Amino acid sequence: MESIEFQKPETVDEAVKLLQGADGNAKILAGGTDLLVQLRAHMIDPSVIVDIKSIDETRELNKNADGSYTIGAAVAGAEAHERGDITADWPGVIEAWDLIGSTQIQGRASLGGNLCNASPAGDSVPAMVAAGMTANIAGPDGRRTLPVEEVTAGPGKTNLKKGEFIVSFNLPAKPSNGGDAYLRLIPRTEMDIAVVGCGVALTLDDSGTVTSAKVSLGAVAATVLVVEDAAKAIIGSKLEPEAMSALDAACQAACKPIDDKRGTVEYRTKVAGVLARRAVSIAAERAGKN
Amino acid sequence: MSSDNRKYKWVGTRQIRPDGHDKVTGRAKFGSDFSLSGMIHGRVLRSPHAHAIIKSIDTSKAEALPGVKAVITSKDFQEQPAELKAAGEGMINYRDMTRNVMAREKALYDGHAVAAVAASTVEVAEAALELISVDYEVLPHVIDVDEAMKEGAPILHEEMVPSGMEVNGPTNIAKFVEFNLGDTKKGFEEAEVVIERSYKTEAVHQGYIEPHAVVASVAEDGQAQIWCCTQGQFQVRAFVAQLLGMPASSIRVTPSEIGGGFGGKTVVYLEPLATLLSKKAGKPVKMIMTREEVFRASGPTSGGSMTYKIGATKAGKITAVEATIKLLAGAFAGAPAGPACMCAVAPYDIKNVYVNGYDVVVNRPKVAAYRAPGAPISAFGAESIIDELAKELGIDPLELRKLNAAKKGTQAAYGPTFREIGYEETVDIAMKHDHYSAPLGPNQGRGVASGFWFNIGGESSATVNINEDGTAVVISGNPDIGGSRASLALMAAEELGIDYDKVRPIIGDTASIGYNFLTGGSRVTFATGLAVVEAAKDAVRQLCERAAKIWEVDAEGVIWENGHAKPASTNVGDFEPLSLANLAAQAPKTGGPICGHNAQNVQGAGPGFATHICDVEVDPETGSVSILRYTAIQDVGRAIHPSYVEGQIQGGAAQGIGWALNEEYIYNSKGQLDNPGFLDYRIPVASDLPMIDAVMVEVPNDRHPYGVRGVGEVPIVPPMAAVANAIENATGVRMSALPMSPPRLLAALDQADIKEAAE
Repeated sequence: MESIEFQKPETVDEAVKLLQGADGNAKILAGGTDLLVQLRAHMIDPSVIVDIKSIDETRELNKNADGSYTIGAAVAGAEAHERGDITADWPGVIEAWDLIGSTQIQGRASLGGNLCNASPAGDSVPAMVAAGMTANIAGPDGRRTLPVEEVTAGPGKTNLKKGEFIVSFNLPAKPSNGGDAYLRLIPRTEMDIAVVGCGVALTLDDSGTVTSAKVSLGAVAATVLVVEDAAKAIIGSKLEPEAMSALDAACQAACKPIDDKRGTVEYRTKVAGVLARRAVSIAAERAGKN
Repeated sequence: MSSDNRKYKWVGTRQIRPDGHDKVTGRAKFGSDFSLSGMIHGRVLRSPHAHAIIKSIDTSKAEALPGVKAVITSKDFQEQPAELKAAGEGMINYRDMTRNVMAREKALYDGHAVAAVAASTVEVAEAALELISVDYEVLPHVIDVDEAMKEGAPILHEEMVPSGMEVNGPTNIAKFVEFNLGDTKKGFEEAEVVIERSYKTEAVHQGYIEPHAVVASVAEDGQAQIWCCTQGQFQVRAFVAQLLGMPASSIRVTPSEIGGGFGGKTVVYLEPLATLLSKKAGKPVKMIMTREEVFRASGPTSGGSMTYKIGATKAGKITAVEATIKLLAGAFAGAPAGPACMCAVAPYDIKNVYVNGYDVVVNRPKVAAYRAPGAPISAFGAESIIDELAKELGIDPLELRKLNAAKKGTQAAYGPTFREIGYEETVDIAMKHDHYSAPLGPNQGRGVASGFWFNIGGESSATVNINEDGTAVVISGNPDIGGSRASLALMAAEELGIDYDKVRPIIGDTASIGYNFLTGGSRVTFATGLAVVEAAKDAVRQLCERAAKIWEVDAEGVIWENGHAKPASTNVGDFEPLSLANLAAQAPKTGGPICGHNAQNVQGAGPGFATHICDVEVDPETGSVSILRYTAIQDVGRAIHPSYVEGQIQGGAAQGIGWALNEEYIYNSKGQLDNPGFLDYRIPVASDLPMIDAVMVEVPNDRHPYGVRGVGEVPIVPPMAAVANAIENATGVRMSALPMSPPRLLAALDQADIKEAAE
């Protein structure tokens, strides 16, 4: 029944001060698609809500001179999707982002929110990780950068310190002969939470041999996983059946899932391997077309 | 079938529904939209335990919280007799009902109401709930029907004596029923092939989108008004009157528009609590369930555990069926064991059938009706084993059904002999449908299944008031779930001979129209439709009398044609026809208002049959099932408004597909529901389904003036087996338990691979 203070700072410094002063009980509002649901379900009881959307940097969406992108932490999925260039360069990232919620939710849902909600099943996260995205973080001690996979610490927990928040992300320039993909398994076709998610980014040489790869799994451990053995299994291969089997096995071996209402340990583990094979095939096909 | 050949102007046309504009524009008022000035808000404290003795409840701190206006517990409800009392079609045990709306000696499921608070705001009411302290002694619980029947299972009701069987000592079995036709021993002796199988289905929620909601206002003189979303305002009145010891005349219940019910809104949860809170607080009280409360404390339909044995000749004549169907009832007796047994093999002409059923209590919310209660469960078993039989015999599954189809004159295993029915027609159409011969790709399969539902009639009252400008108002008393207002208006327009848009159908509250049994049993367009037709005929009779008066002839000399009174013959006289509008305008001079009325207990419901064809594609690596194509063929008697009949068929099939693939209650080890929301209780979303092709067969019901049969329930009966049969056809793996969700199907596929490898 206690009132909640609502703040809408216009600068990063102001936001940091508000977050710092809030006695550890501040919540950041970007799209709000998780926050408002949690508030209504009484899952959280913040004393301050800091809306970061009035800070220009959080709403920035630019292709930089080197071909990389800066994506503000509060940019909505629909805004990114409607730009053709990111979709052309990183279809996997956009597809993953686009899977978050309905059309209405897409008008709000942000990468910053999806990452900091820290659900192991967040759809955009494995794709961001595979693509090698980094988070630009502001805080009382200034700015720092973290690879996306290092932002989350566990279900609902991040490695952000008190007063820190993500301002924007960097999405690297698309490598030549590169391709990415994200696949998830849900029991329905929409309106569901990933039982397993898999993001893949890879590059091929002219002969079709995999020269680099990053494979990331969601919903099979406390945080999104980077499966190095899976990448190793396919680097140097032309994705022959043996390489794909090794990839499948490496992904299954990396899984540390839980049994819950959304899936069993056995099911999640098995499907992680299946999705990895399928996502790698799609990413390779995309890379081959470049 | 003479009525079949009549040409109708309005019946059978697709008009805009009278409630359409309000629903599309958001103007329509649903349960939670109603408010009164001075209204306060009620919330319910619910048990976190699946099974616990309530040793004491201390509400003093809650009562002391500023803003709290009333607190109630079971102490505020009078005890009810344990006997069954007639209420509409069913028998009601009010001792159970008062315990279900408010736990008394024990909390019997996670979510069981134990106290309720009314306060100035929802937030204060919720804060007050946290101040109520309940001393529970937690008991072992039981969730599964087979477990609940085992010796040594936790007993929910020590005093419960089962009906229909003898048991030594306490039991969770509330009831045993059996149905016998012919001699199954002899039937199995005649069989050349005998198959025996077990099947299991999960309890599923009706999944209506609108949560339960009510506003109750009890005045100082004891007169109460209740506004709520319900399938039966007269049932709400009866139940609240009984539970609170009030005369029916002092309770006026007005139904809101209803956002889905499917049987789940034929009972009361919040209404008696809000009424009692209002009485105590002296203010109107509004209560709305959260989605979590809907899942934890309302519905569902039973889960079932079944065994079937079927025998047939090699030529495909089914000679005998035996089945045992055990249904979980939730915390209080009332699983639809009877209907489940009666419907099991009703589409077939089988001479020797023995089916028995058990109604078993478990620590889950008490089941409520859900679309053809019981029938989809038993049909999953029956239609699965018939598919296995077809495979075993090498006979096409539709051909096998045709060979054994019930027809006019067939005696059903549950007793009656069928009159005009259209089951065989649904099979014939399915066999000839291009869906049945369309090619299938890899990992794809096709399944068929049939279904039966009785449909019901029951008590209906209707009034047709002729307005002074030649329009009409039709007042009936059934909440409109599936487009019944449009159907009633079409039949009234047809009878009166005026345009559809001149007929305004209204749903009366309990004080404005005679008694109507609830909207259920697919009865409204049939039974209330019949009352409307008779009320319109009564108005027409009066209109003819008025014409006779004007013409100074005998009333028998006047007939009604195309909305006009005419002389029956030239012998009567040479008069210009008088229109309904003309007669309505002259009514003050000819005898006053013209009001047609009819009230009756309608008999003669025509049973419904359906046959469905389903194509699936199975992802062999993930166990995901896509429904590729779905055709639902149904005998609808006559489609008064074809679009809403198709809507019923499509909706029933969609719910059945959800039941087949993903819907289940997930309980943790403490018996607490782990998925009380639409995120993890997975009803299908639009993109999960193809367009469901509804094919209507019209074999008119000879006991209705327009040939109406109920259409709303039978479409949910075939889908689960149709999907299972299609999955078997695609993969060779028989799924004998629901839901056939990706993890379960993948496990079954892997098991089959292991078995194959071993062989």
